[in-house]
This record gives sequence, C-alpha cells and structure tokens, in this order.
Amino acid sequence: MAASAHAMGEPHEAGDGALRLEYAHAHDRLRILGFWIFLATDMILFGCLFATYLVLRTHTDGGPTPAQLFDMRGFGAETLALLTSSFTGGLATLSMREGRGKFVALWMAVTVALGMIFLAIEASEFAHDAFIGATWQRSAFLSSFFTLVGTHGCHVTFGVLWMLVTGYQVLRRGLNPSTARKVFVVNLYWHFLDVVWVLIFTVVYLTGMVI
Amino acid sequence: MNPALRQFADHFLMWNEGPLIWISDALIALTVVGIVVTLTYTKRWGWLWREWLTTTDHKRIGIMYLVCALLMLFRGGVDALLMRTQLAFPGEHFLDAEHYDQIFTTHGTIMILFMAMPFIFALFNIVVPLQIGARDVAFPYLNAISFWLFFFGALLFNISFVFGGSPDAGWVSYPPLTELGFDPGPGENYYLVAINLSGIGTIATGINFLVTILRMRAPGMTWNRVPLFTWSVLAACIVILAAFPALTVALALLLLDRLAGTHFFTILHGGNPMMFINLFWVWGHPEVYIVILPAFGVYSEVVATFSRKPIFGYKSMVASLLLISVISYLVWAHHFFTMGAGADVNTFFAIASMCVGIPTGVKIFNWLFTMYRGRILLTLPMLWTLAFIPNFVTGGATGILLAAAPEDYQYHNSYFLIAHFHQTLIGGVVYGMLAGMYYWWPKMFGFKLDEKIGKVAFWLWNVGFYVCFMPQYALGLMGMQRRMYTYPANMGWNTLNLVSTIGAYLMGLAFLVIVWQVLYSIRHGERDVTGDPWDGRTLEWSLPSPVPEYNFAVIPTVTARDMWWAAKHEGQMEHVRPRAEEIRDVHVPKHTARPFLIGLSFFVAGFGLVFQWYVLTVVGLVGVLCCLLIRALEEDDEVVIAADTIRHHEATLGRV
Amino acid sequence: MDSVRQRGRWWRFGLLVFAPFALAGCGQDVLVLHPAGPVAKEIDRLIVLSVILLLVVIVPVLALTAYIVWRYRDKPGNRAPYAPHWTDSRLLEWVWWAIPVVIVGILGAYTAKTTFALTRPPESNSDVVTVDVVSLDWKWLFLYPDEHVATVNYCVIPTGVPVQFVLTSDAPINSFWVPQLAGQEYTMPGMALRLWVQADEPGNYYGHGANFTGKGFADMAFTVEAQPEQAFASWALMLRQSAPPLTQAGYQQLKAPGVVGRISYGGFPKGLFDQVVWEDGGQYMPGMWNMTSSGHSQASSGSNLASLSGGEGR
Repeated sequence: MAASAHAMGEPHEAGDGALRLEYAHAHDRLRILGFWIFLATDMILFGCLFATYLVLRTHTDGGPTPAQLFDMRGFGAETLALLTSSFTGGLATLSMREGRGKFVALWMAVTVALGMIFLAIEASEFAHDAFIGATWQRSAFLSSFFTLVGTHGCHVTFGVLWMLVTGYQVLRRGLNPSTARKVFVVNLYWHFLDVVWVLIFTVVYLTGMVI
Repeated sequence: MNPALRQFADHFLMWNEGPLIWISDALIALTVVGIVVTLTYTKRWGWLWREWLTTTDHKRIGIMYLVCALLMLFRGGVDALLMRTQLAFPGEHFLDAEHYDQIFTTHGTIMILFMAMPFIFALFNIVVPLQIGARDVAFPYLNAISFWLFFFGALLFNISFVFGGSPDAGWVSYPPLTELGFDPGPGENYYLVAINLSGIGTIATGINFLVTILRMRAPGMTWNRVPLFTWSVLAACIVILAAFPALTVALALLLLDRLAGTHFFTILHGGNPMMFINLFWVWGHPEVYIVILPAFGVYSEVVATFSRKPIFGYKSMVASLLLISVISYLVWAHHFFTMGAGADVNTFFAIASMCVGIPTGVKIFNWLFTMYRGRILLTLPMLWTLAFIPNFVTGGATGILLAAAPEDYQYHNSYFLIAHFHQTLIGGVVYGMLAGMYYWWPKMFGFKLDEKIGKVAFWLWNVGFYVCFMPQYALGLMGMQRRMYTYPANMGWNTLNLVSTIGAYLMGLAFLVIVWQVLYSIRHGERDVTGDPWDGRTLEWSLPSPVPEYNFAVIPTVTARDMWWAAKHEGQMEHVRPRAEEIRDVHVPKHTARPFLIGLSFFVAGFGLVFQWYVLTVVGLVGVLCCLLIRALEEDDEVVIAADTIRHHEATLGRV
Repeated sequence: MDSVRQRGRWWRFGLLVFAPFALAGCGQDVLVLHPAGPVAKEIDRLIVLSVILLLVVIVPVLALTAYIVWRYRDKPGNRAPYAPHWTDSRLLEWVWWAIPVVIVGILGAYTAKTTFALTRPPESNSDVVTVDVVSLDWKWLFLYPDEHVATVNYCVIPTGVPVQFVLTSDAPINSFWVPQLAGQEYTMPGMALRLWVQADEPGNYYGHGANFTGKGFADMAFTVEAQPEQAFASWALMLRQSAPPLTQAGYQQLKAPGVVGRISYGGFPKGLFDQVVWEDGGQYMPGMWNMTSSGHSQASSGSNLASLSGGEGR
C-alpha cells in the first residue's frame, strides 16, 4: 500500500500551496477517493428508496395520509439539529486543517450531540406514529416512509458511533495524516447524510404537507 | 426416536422428503469428512489458516474466488442435470414439482451470482494489479472482506437445500409469489439474505478495483496504454457501482415484507409488485453486462496474444466497452415488454436493447481483424475464444429478435428465451472465463494445463452445448414455456427434449474432463519456468510464475501499449526488468483473521434472519461491529519485506 | 493440421444439431410459426423479416471467421501475409460501426411500426367481443361480460371477430399465452391489461400460463376454441340456460390454490372482474381498473373502451 505510492495522481493542494494533512499519504488519498465512490453508491441506494416512496406515497389503504401524519414542529426541529450539526462538523474539519486537535474533538462532540438530538426527535416521532396506529405494517405508504426515513436514521446512528470512535482517536493520537483523513472522511459522510436529509425534507415532508 | 428430534429432522433437515435429500446429506457429509481428514493427515490446518484464510494478497484471494467459482459451477451444473433428467421424457416423476422448483431457482441464482461473479472476481484479482504494474489492489483488507462476504453468502445459500428448504420462486423471485402468503418457509429468506450478503461484498469490490485502476497504474501507463482486460474491469466496476444498490434495495424491501410485515410488494394494503420487478431489472440487466464485459476483456487479451498481433482498433474497443456499460442502464424494461407498458415505452426499450448489438458487433469485427494477417496459435485459451465468436454471434442475434418487442410477445418466458440467454451467458461468459482460466493458469500456479485433455473437454463441451440448446430454441417456438416441471406427451416436444438432455450430459462430462485435466496437470503439466509461457504482451508476463508476494521488485515504467511485447521485441527491456540497486523495502499488508471473522459474523446474523432467530442476528452484528472497531483503532497494518530479501529472491529466480 | 479436420467435423455436427430444428420449422407443432389469426401473423411477419436481416450479417461473419482462422493459422509454410503492425484502419472501423447501425435502424423502424400496430384492434366490420381473464392458483377463469357466462380452463371465441382479452390476476403474476393467436401478456394483480386476438379459422388453440406461479404451474394449460359466430352465440345461450352460475362464495372456493379441470358457468356476480382488479391494487392505478369490460364497474360511470388511457396493454 505505502509501497504503491507511485502514480496516485496529483495530490490535492491547499490554497497556500502546502499539502493538506489528510492528503499527505498515498494510501490516505486512495481511501478518500474510495470513500467518495462509496458515497455515490449510497446515493443510488437512497435514490431507489426515494423512487419506491414516490411510487407508493399515495397507497395509503385508507390509513393515515402524509398530510395527516407529518408534524411541522417535529421535522422542523430535526432539520435544524441536523443542518447545524453539519456546520459544526465542517468546523471540525477546519480545525483539523489548522492542526488544532482539541478543537477537532470538541466540534465533533458538538456534532455528535446534535446528531443524538436529531435521533431522539426522530425516535419520538416514530413512536408517536406507532402509538396512533401508523406502523409500517399499516399501508404501503407507511412501509416506504418508515424505510426511507429509517434508513437515513440508521445511517445517522452509525455516523454518531463512527464520530465517537474517530474523536477518541484524535484525542489519543493527536493529528497525523491518518487521523486527519479519518476526521475528513467521517465528516464527508456526515455532510452526505445532511444532503440526503434535505432531500427527505423536501420530497417527503414538505411535499407531503402540501399534497 | 425422540419426537422432538424427529420433528427437527422433518422440519429443518427435511428427512421426510426422500432420497434426494438423503443423498445430498450424505455427499455433503462425505465431502466435509474428506476435507477434514485430508487436512489433518497432511497437517495442513495451519497452512490453510496462515496462507489462505487470513491472507490479504490479491493473488491468493483470486485463487480462492476461482476455486469457489468452479465448485459452484459443479453445484449449478448438477442442478442443471437434475432438471434435464426430469425433462428428458414427458410426464416423468423423477422430481416432484417442489423439488424441481427449488432446483431451477438455485441453478439460476448460483450460476449468475455464485459462479459467474466469483469467476470474474477471480480474474480481476489475479490479473489487474499485475497488468497495471501495481503491488496490490487499493484496499487489500477490504478485498479480503469482499471475498469472505461472498463466501459466506454462497455458503448460506447452499446449505438451504438440506437445512430448511431452498428458495423455489425462480432466480428473479417476483412478488407476490415470494410474499409470505404464497411462499412461507425459510427458502425465500435464504435467497434474500444470502444474495444481499455477497452483494455488499460485490459493491466493495467495485469500489476497490475502480480506485485501483484509476490511481495505481504504473508510471507512464496512460489511458491509451491500459490493457483491454483492465479497461473491461473498469467498465464492469462502473456498472457494478451503479447497479448493485438497486438489488440491495429490492431484496431488502422484500425481506422486510416477509419478516416485518410491511407492504412494499404485497397484493393488498397498497403494495405494488411491479416496483420490485423494476428495481430487480434495473440491477438485473446491467448484471449480465457486468459478467460479460470482463469476458470481452479476456477475449481481447487472448486474441492478441495468440494472433501475435496487437489488438485491432484499440480505441474502438475501449469506446465500445464504455458504450455497452452506458446502454446497459437503458434496457431493463425489455424484461417485461408484456407487462402493460405503452407502445411508446416498449419501442424505446426495444430500440435501446438492439443498440447493444452495435458496439458488440464492432468488437466482433475487431477481434476478427486482429486475427487477420496474424499468426493464429490454436492453444486452449484461443480455442475457447474462437468457439465464442460463432456462439455469441448467433446468441446475440436471437437477443435482437427478443429485443423486438412484438416478437417478445411470443418468445418471452419460453424455451426460446432460455436458449438465448444460455447461449450468451455460456457462450459469452463461461467460455470467456474458461479462456481466462487457461490463459492465466500458469501465472497463478506455475504450470500449464494439459492441452490434449483440454481439447477433449473443449470438443465435448461445444458439441454438448449445441446439442443441448439448439433444440430449446425450437421448443420455445413450439410453445414450451420455461419452469414447467413436466410436460404432456402430445405436444411434439418429446424428441427435442431428449436430445437437449443428451447435450446437457455431454457438457457435464466435459466438466469432469476439465477436473481430470487439472488433477493430471498438477503432476504432469508443463512447468512454466520463464514466467512467459505464451509469449505474452502485457506486464503480468514479465513476472515469474507464480508471482512473488510483492509482485514487482521494482515498479516498471510503461512506454508502450503492449509493454512486455515492446520490452522483448523493441528494446524496452530496461524499463521493465528490475535492477538490483533499485530494489527497496516493500510494505505489504499484514495477514489478518478479521475479514474472515466479519464474514462469519454476517453469516451468523444472516442465518438468524432466515429463521427469525433474532438472537443470532444480534450476536452476529455485534461481532461485525467489534471487528470494525478493532480495525478503526488499528495503528499499523503493514509489514515490511526487506530489500535484501527481495534481492535474494529475485536472484534465485535469475532475474537480477 | 489437426484443428482443420476438427473444424470440418464441427460443421457436420452443426448440421446434425440444426436438422431437427429445421425439420421442426415445417411441422405443425411449431405453433409460433403457424399463426392462425391477423395478430399472430403480424408478429410472424416481423419474425421472418428480422431473421432475414440478421442472417444477412451472421452468415458473412461466420464465413469470415472460418476463413480467417483457416488462412492465418500458424503452421509451417503458411504463405499468408503476416502484418504485426497493422492495427488500425479508419475506413474499416467506419464500415463496421455502420453495418450494425443500419441493421438496427431498419429493424428498429419495423419494430416500432409493429409495436404500435398491435395496440389497435384487428381490422374487422364486426363488433368487438370482450373476454375478461383472471389467473388464479392454478387455473384460468374466463368471464364474458356481454354473454354473461363464465368458464374455467377453456374459452370459446367467434372466428373472424376481434376479441379483446382483458387480463388480471387474483394470485401471483402469470402470463396469458396463446402462441397461434396473439403471443402473450402478463396477468398482474391490480392491473387490467389488454391482448387483442382474432382467429381466422375454427379450431382448438393451445394456451398456457407462461410466468411461473408455484407448484401447480405446469397444469395451467387452457384451450381457446374458435367457432363460427353462430356456434359461439348458441354456445353462450346454451351455457346461460343450462349451466349453474358462479357465485361469490363459489369464486372464493375457486380462488383457493389447487388444480381443476374444465368448468362452465351460466352466469357470474356482476362486476366481479372490476372488483378483483380494484381490491388487488387497481384503486391506486387510475385509468387501469376502469378500462375493464363493458361498463359495469363500481366507480366509473359508463366506462367503456373509449376510456382506455395510460398503462394499457396493447
């Protein structure tokens, strides 16, 4: 791996011409590229779930419709938490670039906290839906709704765990090309989840409120 | 007998179902005992664990894929022979409907997902890094995980026949037939879980090889100099990455329907079965291009090598590969022309499907003109390639007939369709994989496979193929539809079915001859001492056979398209052969048991899902998370092979 | 050389294998190539045309392959030219990009024409006859909305009259295939798809489910009996007068998985077909369920053939 440092393509350079820390080693560059490609496949996976949702959205089988189910306060708060967490995640990456490991850990902790708030609200929304009988066994619409939003929720849960492990490594080992790459990648993942959420917000919630 | 035991034996082991199950049980038991005894007797357990199960070396992983692919070819082939035996005569009772249904389902699933896929991955792994002048793939650890996910997925799928029952709704697994109401029991769960397990591994492989080819080519290997097999892998990886997520979703949603009671594809409560069919074929059609593209790559290498001429029309060949991978996304609805789409939609998909014939036709012409004014050596890889051309041309032509939507109203679901896709998948993919296996076998193992025995197998197989499948075209036109476990005697189908069965047995015989060929050649095969037994053209032939762990003592510099040919014949040798003073330490990844354990954990989790024993699922997933956590906290995963060691090794091979 | 002799054998084997195929092509057993009505004939014409077009390419390619392999094989004293540096020719590349494009162009145009043609009823002066078809596990139910009779595993149609089969399923997806009359169309739960059929001559035509539906699938054969119009009318009349009607309870019984023989009914519950389509998901497919039969559907007022809209069969 390290021995294959040849022909990795051009390293990415920061504005001032210095090599960014996360791109310093050849195998870290490979991993970042690989992760970008993974995100593309994950996007296609979500694309299929979105397509399924759009097909089944009206198939309510006499059960709750999107308009009856969605609560602006709930998903509004979720959106606020997640968008903010994406911002703090970005701050973690910036701190990493400046070489300030403590700040990286701090901002990641804030990001994790916001992520957990998001998950808590989502869980309580789901619990409420289930309580009023809107379970995913009720209708095809609800099956596709819970699966789409739930898949995103699972991604966020995994992201929280991942952030914790990464933050721990930064604290223990400080910033080096390897931990820097890990910080960069986990935040890439987090931003991706934010993008997916924006789509869910628009395609599922806002559209559901209107139609 | 203890009633509880009795119930277990009947319910899970299906011992009340008769000799087919007993024979399978006995064969499996014999095989396992045989393997255990052999390993113990030869004291090879440690060797197996250290050298293979924990390896991250792409060449060894490739060989493991190859072994699995051949085993699965055997399993799928036995399924095929059982079916053909049942269909040899009208109204037979060799198999009952339930067993026949299970067998055609496992046959299709295994041949596509657990035979063709690992076969192409075997060649990906063995060839690509060597061809582009790299020391390994981009992510060796992930590569091992991919393999073990495939392996345990295949294992899970294969145990279904003797533990709980196999899936029995066809390899396409259309709901609502596969919903709980029509198909209770674990069989369908096996299908959904096993394929998704190996599917995750497949996506990882796609990422791995895409990054490898994008970023790890030797200095000087511009896109214009990349060997065509590597190009074909690149194209296949792009298709994998865009197509497999759709399969993951389709199977996961159907699994939710079955395990959690959701209504994605049910008839009632608003489910829409057609959604599954769309998702499935959005993956399913690109899938056949995923397996055929690398075969095209093999043919390109073989034709050039054994015509002793560079490939004709290199740029056209690359363009057609990429064009096929793009078109492959625009044709999925041709699998259901007769499912109520409007004439406009059908016309679009019909013409798009026909368009696949354009780049494919171009490739055929370019292969022909590579041979034109060449010097054709009829070695085994070349024979399979030459047999591929007429086979694929006619198989492709019947594909164009099927693509014409109105004609599909007659061919669809009939034996005409069966004959067509077997002709393209066997004549295209399997021939390509066998050609590739024969071609790179000396590179893997250091000896050639015996030509004489190989020619016997070749002719048996080819004659068997036409005897088996040509009658099936006719049967389709005579109105015989696929997946019937038996047929009436008064339709005029009897003779052709018997002929077809005879052909199938000839192919089975050919497989046995190939097995004999391998066994014979291990002892008597011609040794490859030069590393270049075929007078090859690309970089893998510049290395000794078998290739040392570090691949290249010194990374070569590429100055031409067929670099090794240029080195040999155009005085470019100094760019390829290592010089002792240039040899440096090489870092290779450590051996690790974790990929194996991740696969095993997923297996346990998946087994829990199949039988809804969720404790196992939780245990398995915790195992997976633990492995991931240990990996995340791992600081150093490489070992160094010292320059002196390499120098010494290369010197004993007489290369420096 | 050895391989040349083998190649000769190859072709002889080929003849042997293709012989039954060619012979069968002439036999009456090859249903697809013996169309008995205008719809199947239209398909048959396209089959013949496309086979000829493809043979124009295949035969020369196969001949060229054989020639090249024979001429440029590696054997001592082969005087054929060897040009290891001849690897590109713009002219030739143009030629073989163009050949398949032209073939696909021609075939594509005819395919489009036929595809659209098949959505229209066969030309005829007679009124259209409608037969609603429900595939069940593992039997076929035919409902005649105008004649008010029903049958299982066989149906009768008048000759020389366009018949529209309106297809659905109240079980897993199947496919309704009558090779000599019209090809096939899927039967989908919650959807009503149309297949045009016309029989020119009286006769019994083989039909079978074509999409796998489970263990009774091999028994899903049915017969389409074409009779002169007069005979068809009197058959329906006879059934109405003598056969017991199908009831809702009887339908539920029929729906249970199992294999049955031929059954005739002198009537059936009004709107049964629409009810099946609606309940199995047709309610979510506007323009689908109410295209059915002749206007006795639940929710549409006076639905008829003119209301056929998106998602129609053909």
